[in-house]
Amino acid sequence: MKYKDYYKVMGLERTATAEDIKKTYRKLARKYHPDVSKEANAEEKFKEVAEAYEVLKDPEKRAAYDQLGSHQPGQDFRPPPGWEQQFSERDFSFEGIDLSDLFATFGGARPRGAASGGRHPIPGEDYEVNVKITLQQACDGSELDLRLELPEYDTHGFAHRVPHTVKARIPKGATEGQRLRLSGKGGKGLNGGRAGNLYLNISLEPHPLFRVSGHDLYLDLPLTPWEAVLGTTVQVPTLKGDVRLKIPSGTTGGQRLRVAHRGLPKPHEGAGDLFAIVQIAVPTTVSDDERKLFEALAEKSQFDPRRHFERR
Amino acid sequence: MSEGPADSLWLHHYRMCSLTEVVELSGLTESELREWVEAGILDPADPQVEPWSFRADCVVTLRTACRLRQDFDLDTHSVALMVTLLDRVHALEAEVRELRAQLPQTHR
Repeated sequence: MKYKDYYKVMGLERTATAEDIKKTYRKLARKYHPDVSKEANAEEKFKEVAEAYEVLKDPEKRAAYDQLGSHQPGQDFRPPPGWEQQFSERDFSFEGIDLSDLFATFGGARPRGAASGGRHPIPGEDYEVNVKITLQQACDGSELDLRLELPEYDTHGFAHRVPHTVKARIPKGATEGQRLRLSGKGGKGLNGGRAGNLYLNISLEPHPLFRVSGHDLYLDLPLTPWEAVLGTTVQVPTLKGDVRLKIPSGTTGGQRLRVAHRGLPKPHEGAGDLFAIVQIAVPTTVSDDERKLFEALAEKSQFDPRRHFERR
Repeated sequence: MSEGPADSLWLHHYRMCSLTEVVELSGLTESELREWVEAGILDPADPQVEPWSFRADCVVTLRTACRLRQDFDLDTHSVALMVTLLDRVHALEAEVRELRAQLPQTHR
């Protein structure tokens, strides 16, 4: 069994009072709770804190934990002789058990998997994982291999974390923040209880060309000044291959050109749109010939884009 | 250990869940769920029609509410307040994301 220093996790002295422990937990929960925190690794940190608090807030568990002595975090250790007789009426092997699963059996609570724990069905636990997918995967749908550690119970009813690979089908229709439920892919149920569910929180990886707004996509479309003035047809990339887009003559910078139904597919029906935002791009260096042509144009043109400045 | 693909279900508001399904998924009792509806944590699609049905995305709200209740040791009204504020934060974050998407990026 690997040692975890619950006091260190919470930044507490071993002599901390129950009140100190509660106060510190509340402070850390506000800082790291995944629903309210923007800290990096908030979820992981919160899990560690919650696990430590679960043991330290309970006088019986805390006393049992203190008697384990102080070791280096992560160090393999065995409880001192007689420990299990003092704190538990159960036999168990300490091999491959997580410290938190050991303490989950204290205070009259039977381990979830206890063979002696009655015959009534217990549903499996639900799990939630964050999954990043590409825009192409959101568009086409995809199948991902998710690696998870799920508990399995030994004959004494103790949980052992076992790595699982869950194949998750992500149907098309995802967008940022969308949730997906995979039925029966969480923890196993006991005594015939249903298996838990696995919830995926989907987020989208940034794409080099497309930006996402709901199910719509935005793309910057640079045009030369002469393409914008004269009009043309250009090739525009979409997630489902290139399309030809007609640029009307007199197109201005900032104008949005809509390519219908080339956004992300919606889960129920249809798809968002792709918007190409026109940018007028100019060459930063020009040849002598080009410069002469521009000079000729400057001389000929009556166009004044700032005429409205004078109307004040 | 590897298993075949599972049934995938989008929890979006186009799909509906029955009261029984929501009770089963949330791990709440039906009376707790009714108390939460009364407190405004979630709303049935049509409160007049029994048995109630809910938009599938309420499962996300319920999971958040259960977490908040347990991890912060909150009463029902504090949970309702936090859920309301979190909803607003998420809506505003989505709006910022959508507006940012419309801003041109500078090339080169």
